[in-house]
Formats: sequence, structure tokens, C-alpha cells
Amino acid sequence: MNFLNFLVAGVSLGSIYAIIALGYTMVYGIAKMLNFAHGDVIMIGAYVAFFSINSQSLPPVVAVLLAMAICTLLGVMIEYLAYRPLRNATSLAVLITAIGVSFFLQNFALIRWGSSPKNFPTVVPFGKITLFGGDLIISGEAITTILTCLLVMVLLTTFTQKTKMGKAMRAVSEDKAAAQLMGINVNYTISITFAIGSALAAIAGVLLCSMYPLLNPTTGAMPGIKAFTAAVFGGIGSIPGAMIGGILLGIIEIFGKAYISNQLSDAIVFAVLIVVLLVKPTGLMGKKIRVKV
Amino acid sequence: MSMLKVEDIHVYYGSIYAIKGVSFEVNQGEIVTLIGANGAGKSTTLKTVSGMMKPKSGAITFEEKSLLGVKPHSIVGLGMAHCPEGRRIFQEMTVRDNLEMGAYTRPKGEIEDSIAHVYDLFPRLKERFRQIAGTMSGGEQQMLAMGRAMMSKPKLLMLDEPSMGLAPLLVEEIFRIIQDLNRAGTTILLVEQNARMALAIANRGYVLETGRIIASAEASALLKDETVKKAYLGG
Repeated sequence: MNFLNFLVAGVSLGSIYAIIALGYTMVYGIAKMLNFAHGDVIMIGAYVAFFSINSQSLPPVVAVLLAMAICTLLGVMIEYLAYRPLRNATSLAVLITAIGVSFFLQNFALIRWGSSPKNFPTVVPFGKITLFGGDLIISGEAITTILTCLLVMVLLTTFTQKTKMGKAMRAVSEDKAAAQLMGINVNYTISITFAIGSALAAIAGVLLCSMYPLLNPTTGAMPGIKAFTAAVFGGIGSIPGAMIGGILLGIIEIFGKAYISNQLSDAIVFAVLIVVLLVKPTGLMGKKIRVKV
Repeated sequence: MSMLKVEDIHVYYGSIYAIKGVSFEVNQGEIVTLIGANGAGKSTTLKTVSGMMKPKSGAITFEEKSLLGVKPHSIVGLGMAHCPEGRRIFQEMTVRDNLEMGAYTRPKGEIEDSIAHVYDLFPRLKERFRQIAGTMSGGEQQMLAMGRAMMSKPKLLMLDEPSMGLAPLLVEEIFRIIQDLNRAGTTILLVEQNARMALAIANRGYVLETGRIIASAEASALLKDETVKKAYLGG
């Protein structure tokens, strides 16, 4: 039964990675840039939720909504102030800027909220489920995380496949100039993408801190990198890829911790990534790279 | 009345001086063609009209309204569609989604009628409406690109090399459709390397050479012009 417990832990950790990876992959797909500040938006979201609950005594649902609103605003602002002026710059310049934004957010949090970790409160309103006479325990956090992840997946897929805005995003991600000729406002579409990605980051931040309740200014950094790995693993630019990549990464990490070595689990995760990329350079669900004739 | 008026535009590609003072106009109901060799500046001229590139100086007016300073994504809403070189359809989207994108600026209620209209023009697209666009043949992709441009119900349709890479039979079909569209009331600005075909269906033509217009006349006159014959019609 340990196996099942580990699997549940892996899937729920992976669900968080998946939600974060969606932000990476959508932004990459549409703006063709790696937003390395994404992980730190998670941290900001978690702090907003933390203070809403602890200092303002807001109910958790309101706190999550508030965190989403603020992160959405933050994401759109980051895009507008830091990335938009570099729309035609080299990708290296954009990458360095993203790393700069990441440091800025971490240090902002450090000055504003200090370096001592905060104890994140419980936000999940229900307890654990015990199955098989106590052999399998599924925590309320795990259930919430997995359900949230599924819901996000369904909503995002519907959004990109069925709605006008979603289709416009796919059009922009394929060919910006052609999308513009259709009358699509490319900058607006990119802003919306950052808004969605950042709102998801806020959700991920709250879920992450519910599961690992220590919050400090670098809380988002490692999950951010892992989720980026998950996005590459699944095929960056692909929404189902981010989902599958995230969940697999979570499972590999937990199984690595449980069966091989606690210290080596991260190394195992990245080793698997390297093997996958050697065999399938575009990731599990990656698009074929078309050669323009 | 001139629908589109381009006056003395100068356009740079970075440091390359690509368009050196081009002027031309397109009147309501006409087919006007810009012909010229590779690199003469035909596509750049179209891109400048549709707002994808900015001219350093000069004026562009569409139905008496200056296009300079209009945002590129707002130009299509004025009634001008640009079907770009190389088709540039959305390869990974279905035929139908491509058409819907063409109608991005239009109210939802009018889209079905326009799709039906495009299916009438290109029955092949109707058969393949669920197919992923990138898996279709070159001719079908060209039809999709033109159908997508027509989805915005343009008064002026600008076509960039619609015959490129197509078999002769298909080229004829595409040109027949261009004439049909024109008869149905769409003004056409056609950029072509296939000068003979283009001049055969056009009312008027302009000859571009290294960023300048070197000749302009009735299409029938250009077809008989000795220099044009020698340079662009294979003697």
C-alpha cells in the first residue's frame, strides 16, 4: 500500500508542477520566451493569500481569489514593463530580463516580508480520506490539488479550442504577422496569456504552501525550475504536454525519494529529463518542427 | 474614385532601402497588378499598405482615410484584407478555425453566412473543413488563404503571389476565382511574378524594379510593351 500512497503524493505534487508548467508553456507558446520570473509570481501569490488569511482574517476562498487578482495584475504589469519593450530584441536579452525580474521579485519579498519563513495556514476545508482500513491515506490537500489541476486542464483546453480568444491565442502562437493581418491585437493576446498564467501561478502558490507550509521569498524558485523542466519534458508550447510532464515529474520525484534516495531525487528528475530529450528532443507531446520551404 | 492611394512611400528593411518613392492607386472595382522580379519590392509595398511595415515617408489613403498611424490589426476592419506571400495559413488549426480567424473583426452572427459563402467559392474547403490546414496540398492551402482573407468581407483584397508553387491548372483555377471575386464587387490588388497571367486579368498594371515604379499603363498596353515583354514576359 506504500506504493499507492507514494503515487498519490506524486500525482498531487505533480499537479502543482502541472499548473505552474501551464503558465510557462502558454507564455512560451505565444511570446516565444521563457518567463523565469513565473516561479516568483507563485511566491507573491502565496504571500498575498497568507496575509489575507492571517492578518485580514479573510476566508480562504476569498484569499485565493485576491491572490489570483493581484498575480494577474502583476503578470500583466511585468509583461508590459519588462518584456514588451523587448518584443523585437534577441531572445538572450529577454531571458536575462526575465532572470532580472525574478531577482527583483525575490528581493522585493525579502525587504517587504523578511527572510524568516512564514507558517502557511490550512486553507483546505476538509480532512483526509482513509481507504483500505488505513493503508491508503489521501489528504484533503492532495484531493483539492488533483481536482483543481483537472478542472484547470478542462477549462484551459475548452478555452483554447472553443473560444474566439483562445483560438486567437493559438493563431498568434503560430504566426504573429498572419494573426495581425486577421485583425488580432497581438499585444493584447499576449497580455491575456500572461494574465491567465499568473492567475494559475497564484493558485499553484496556495496549493504548494498548503502542502509544504513554509513560505519564504525563495519558495517559488525551485518549484518554478521544476515546472519549467516539466514543461520541457512534456514539450514546451503544448498544454497537454505541460499537464503530463508535470504529473510525471511529480511521480518520478516522489518515487525517487521513496525508493532510491532522498538526496538524489532531484538528480533523478533531471536525469530522466535528459534521457527524454535525447530520445525525443521536442519533449513528450512536442510539436514537430516544420521546416519552412 | 480611387479607393487606395499610395503616394511616394519610402520603406527601409533595417538599413536596406527597399522602396524608393512608390506611388500608385487602385480604383473601385478594378484589378490592379504590381509586377516585377524577385526583390523588386512588390511584397514590401503590400506589407506597407497593410501596416505590417512602416514607411519612412509618404502617404497611404484608403477611402479618403490616412492609414499611417492606424494600428496594423485595425486596418483589416477598415475593409482591406491582405493575403500574404507564402499563404501563412495557421497550419495547426482546422480549415474551419482558419476561416473563423479571418472573420475575427466581425460580429459573431455574420460568420456562418460568410463561411457558407467561402464554401461556395471553394467547395474543396467545405469537404475538408475539419482537416488540419497544414496537411492539405499547396493549392488547397492557397484556396484557404484566399477564403480566409474573404472572411473579413474586404472591399479591397490584396493578393501576394497567389500562383506561387502551384501547378499550371491550379493557377488557372485560382485566377478564375480572382476574376469571379472581382465581378462580385471586390477590388483586387494583385502582386505577381507570373506577369503574363496577372496582366491578362488586370485592368491596369505597374512595373516595379528595385524599389521604383518604372512603367504603368493599361494591362493590355503593358502586355504589348517591348521592354516589359523582354524583361517580364519572356521575350
